[in-house]
Amino acid sequence: MIPLETHLPALQVVVPMLLAPVVVLLRPRGLAWAAATAASLMALAIAIALTQGTLSGELYRYAMGGWEAPYGIELRVDSFSALVLLIVTGASSITLLAGKASLDRTIEASRQPLFYSAWLLALSGLAGILVTADAFNIFVFMEISSLASYVVIAGGTDRRALPAVFKYLIMGTIGATFYLIGIGLIYMMTGTLNLADMSLRIHEVADQRPILVAAGFITVGLALKAAVFPLHVWLPNAYTYAPHAVTAFLAACATKVSLYVLLRFDFVVFQQNLLGHEVQFAAFLMPLAVLAILAGSTVALFESNIKRLLAYSSLAQIGYILLGASLVSLAGLSASVLFMFNHALAKGALFLAVMALAMGYSRLDLQSLAGAAKHMPWTMAAFVIAGLSLIGIPGTAGFISKWYLVTAALEAGTLGYFLVAVIVIGSLMAVVYIWRIIEAAWFEPEAESVTVIREAPVTMLIVTWVAALSNIYFGLATDLPRELANAAAESLLWPLP
Amino acid sequence: MQFLGIFYYWVFAILLMIGFYAVVAKINLVKKLIGLSIFQSAVFLLYLTMGKVTGGTAPIYQDDVVGQLFSNPLPQVLILTAIVVGISTTALGLGIVVRIKEEYGSIEELDIQEIDQR
Repeated sequence: MIPLETHLPALQVVVPMLLAPVVVLLRPRGLAWAAATAASLMALAIAIALTQGTLSGELYRYAMGGWEAPYGIELRVDSFSALVLLIVTGASSITLLAGKASLDRTIEASRQPLFYSAWLLALSGLAGILVTADAFNIFVFMEISSLASYVVIAGGTDRRALPAVFKYLIMGTIGATFYLIGIGLIYMMTGTLNLADMSLRIHEVADQRPILVAAGFITVGLALKAAVFPLHVWLPNAYTYAPHAVTAFLAACATKVSLYVLLRFDFVVFQQNLLGHEVQFAAFLMPLAVLAILAGSTVALFESNIKRLLAYSSLAQIGYILLGASLVSLAGLSASVLFMFNHALAKGALFLAVMALAMGYSRLDLQSLAGAAKHMPWTMAAFVIAGLSLIGIPGTAGFISKWYLVTAALEAGTLGYFLVAVIVIGSLMAVVYIWRIIEAAWFEPEAESVTVIREAPVTMLIVTWVAALSNIYFGLATDLPRELANAAAESLLWPLP
Repeated sequence: MQFLGIFYYWVFAILLMIGFYAVVAKINLVKKLIGLSIFQSAVFLLYLTMGKVTGGTAPIYQDDVVGQLFSNPLPQVLILTAIVVGISTTALGLGIVVRIKEEYGSIEELDIQEIDQR
């Protein structure tokens, strides 16, 4: 008998995907949630096992159905995919554990099985993107996860979510179709869909125009999916009006998975083969990254709805991740991968705290939240910790990633000083917008005509605190994410054959 | 011959742009979805044309067929999957439009924005 371990990459996708239709049938109250949480935790366990394997230097390769690559579909898990798998499955498990009370309130009992089923499909789609090594398979999983996330975003009671989801659907589909066009052109020239095989064969035809066009289509399509400024317009409304737990889940991981595909494609397939791709990649994405940091942070400064404020801050953070990648150096890439991990921790914890706040407050703008800390001190304390990590205060995870980003930028010479200035300005703006929330909640007198508001449920608080404290833990014990990020950056710059 | 060779790609590009124009310019949500469908169909055509080998026949493997030129079946298989994805997207999009109509009483983008700003 073949040991279970060899099947881990496949199980990562199959477990949540097979449980999704089962969850639909679980009508009794609470059972659907329990099954979905169990599936998500199982996926997290698999991701941890895969991470341990990759840390000890193993590269998981799995021939789906016994068809060897490049003819069959290959699953391939290296340290980069393992790290992002940890983010995705961890975010899903933690938000499901914390979010039951919040989701019970926004989603009527009869529709809950369907909702959790869609959640699991989104999870398995995101995991599928990360494990597969086949370009077309990535497209299919991307659409599975997108379609499922449109459903969970529109699952709440807020009707403004519907136009937001419609916009997301249109833009997401255009992004995915651009990606499909790009793959088609590459397939036309190379006759392969396996990423590793592609990077070998593309060399012979690298000077031909279809390959250049394909690189353009793929980069733009994925940038649209990843909400890279200025292709971000779908993101703020979708995050603002989604059910709170869904926002916490998607904000922590959805755009990062698209960024993962973007980096993988641009570095593994194009970087080695296209003449001058390095310069083009940096020249295209670096200005966008700088603009994203400045524009996202500026809008966040003036926003009063805190969910929307944090959504715009996410835009800025996507900018930081891209900034590291567009340096096209080992230090830059590893900083940007590390940034993905630490930002997921900080933003996940922040949105969990927002979800806890929403248990007491129906309106989430700064005026309504005045004096919130008097009623919900634990929630707001967790918010402060996660906020400090988002800003990048020493001792938190956010500091580590910003530190490495600054170090990487300084290696880039004169341009680096400019980039460091942008990072510092962005962080200062983060101080201001996080402070506005803290000031309103902790120091302003509460608005009159407030009914009695109680602290959020205990389970929600515990999980939120675990997420907030993990920001401090990973700010002090940096070995695990750093080792993975370094290995990931190495595998991007010098991919194994 | 040169023109015929790229004729298929012209069809792809023109259909793609018609669809894209509808998505961007139309304010009626259903028309946007129709545009999106055209946009996706154009890509299906791109895949189908690249599978055809001049003089190639249907790729069915038999013992007595030797030295025959076959068309490439893989793009068709791929695009079958993509068509399913496209149908699901359109169906979900139309479902959302129905919900929008229920909640807002309109499927014109501008009306919805106006109602939201109130």
